[in-house]
Amino acid sequence: MADRRDFMGMALGAFTGLGALGALYAAKRTWDPLPSVKAAGFTTLDVSKAPEGVLITEMWRGKPIFVLKQTKEMVEKAKKKEISNAKGHKEIERLIKIGDSYFMITVGLCTHLGCIPGYRPETQDFLCACHGGMYDSTADVTKAPPPRGLDIPPYKIDGNKLVLGEEGPEYKKLVETGLTQRV
Amino acid sequence: MAHFDENAKPFSHKWLNERLAVDTLKRVLSTEYWIPKNINFLWAMGMVLAATFGMLLISGIFLLMYYQPNTQLAFDSVNYTIMSEVGYGWLWRHIHGVGASVVFLIIYIHMFTGIYYGSYKRGRELIWLSGMLLFVAFSAEAFSGYMLPWGQMSYWAGMVITNLFSGGSLHATGLVEWIRGDYVPSQAFLNRFFMLHVLLIPLAIIGLIVFHFGTLRIPHVNNQDGEEFDFDAEAEKWKAGQKKESKVIPFNPVFLSKDVFVMGVYFILFFFLVFYNFEFAMDPVNFDPANPLKTPTHIYPEWYFLWSYEILRPFSTNIGLIAFAFAQVIFFALPFLDRSPNVAPASRRGPFKYWFWILLVDMLILTFMGKLPPVKPWGTIGYVAAVIFIILWIALPFITKSEKKL
Ligand code: HEM
Ligand code: FES
Repeated sequence: MADRRDFMGMALGAFTGLGALGALYAAKRTWDPLPSVKAAGFTTLDVSKAPEGVLITEMWRGKPIFVLKQTKEMVEKAKKKEISNAKGHKEIERLIKIGDSYFMITVGLCTHLGCIPGYRPETQDFLCACHGGMYDSTADVTKAPPPRGLDIPPYKIDGNKLVLGEEGPEYKKLVETGLTQRV
Repeated sequence: MAHFDENAKPFSHKWLNERLAVDTLKRVLSTEYWIPKNINFLWAMGMVLAATFGMLLISGIFLLMYYQPNTQLAFDSVNYTIMSEVGYGWLWRHIHGVGASVVFLIIYIHMFTGIYYGSYKRGRELIWLSGMLLFVAFSAEAFSGYMLPWGQMSYWAGMVITNLFSGGSLHATGLVEWIRGDYVPSQAFLNRFFMLHVLLIPLAIIGLIVFHFGTLRIPHVNNQDGEEFDFDAEAEKWKAGQKKESKVIPFNPVFLSKDVFVMGVYFILFFFLVFYNFEFAMDPVNFDPANPLKTPTHIYPEWYFLWSYEILRPFSTNIGLIAFAFAQVIFFALPFLDRSPNVAPASRRGPFKYWFWILLVDMLILTFMGKLPPVKPWGTIGYVAAVIFIILWIALPFITKSEKKL
């Protein structure tokens, strides 16, 4: 008798376990972002009319995107200055070249915990009010707590335009060399 | 076979007793649940908490009648519809907002009472652990509720807190997007936090309260001297009419009358806040609608999260996250980190006395610093207080191990 009850107990346990696993998976998938949310993840950006040295804020995937067309001085500085946590790499490598101009194009969310850093035109840098993080004009980090410069969104250069959300060869190279993280 | 008297009048005492054992229930759950005499008003905080939860539940049900969990409508449904159109809508909102804030004050008093009197050991470990689960559930409930009006603070607190789950250098953005249901807090995010706030977490809280009460049943509540005595023997004395000699009193009606008195005083204060001083529970920044393109200049959590926020803030990302995680879980370990056998008020326990007061003052300092912007000297003071917090917990087993047995 006891054997038969044990068997039934184990059979019940096994089926319930399977059902629980299935339900857990269904629950996980229900919390996933919807396909429509994922599909809306592409934005085309025309930066040809962006003025030099003035920060413009666009939007991609609901996140602010910083566009700062670099002035001559900024470019000169970026050619010399090393990236804070990538030895041997210059800041210029994180700038996006379209035509003859260099652009700082990044996600405008602090890499610490995601506040929007404010641009200060007088000092040409960014200050994050939340916990005091700072970035320079190429969006490289200059003061902790942020662990790295602002992230560069996946982009593909298309003539004068940028498609955000698509990974072009230039972007892939940035990720491989560790100069930005996938966002 | 049970006996049913056919002549008992329907719904009479006898009739009910035969079907529901109401007398036994009342005896087991209240008139013969024994409470020590030697306790003070701090032991009423548990019932004050239960009553405050009741206020939150009732006011929440009325708010739910007009609240719209939609990113386009939520803000106006709270700040316009409920506040100025719905008859007495402001009353529910003020009760709910004040209740959510005050409940944490009482929770902290309740916790520190337990720490001071050593009410977390020698049979009372599960009371402490279930209480900590309640603390976590209330924190989640308050956070999810804070999202609902979809103001600036809702949005940016949602952004920052969900970002904690990326785990710093682990860079788990997939997990963060999974929690949000989108790349940023948006409709999917508001909807799921609404579900959590009005159903799943309140259900869990109710279950946990029942569990918390269950863990109290066998060890009984502690007393002001940490004295251990035989509850059965003391109860027999009471029942035999030796009420003076007995060290215990029944929960109902004797102790409950004292609880109700404390609750009366508490609710006078509570409704004074609800009617005349509710602003402290309503952050002015949250009266601006959510704007994904603008972070408020200062973002800070509600006061009851400030101490743990301040443990996160002064460090670099990864260390900050580790310190923060430590602060979140370390209170769970209290019964196991305290290595002393003594159950007694902190004042009689030697070095533990200093540990207790330093911890309390340190957490107050963290709370004040968490509200101030991260500039000198506040940033430095916060940093030192955060380090002291961690050192205190690491030192606890050593301090208590050397404690003399009383
Ligand atoms: C268990 C303890 C609870 C806590 C700590 C809590 C906390 C909060 C907080 C902090 C807010 C934002 C306050 C405001 O901006 O006015 C809120 C809003 C809300 N809560 Fe709760 N809540 C609790 C229970 C409940 C329950 C049980 C319900 C309903 C069944 C509920 C329904 C609502 C609704 C509809 C709102 C949005 C309206 C508003 O923002 O005023 N809450 N809650
Ligand atoms: S979010 Fe920018 S410094 Fe913390």
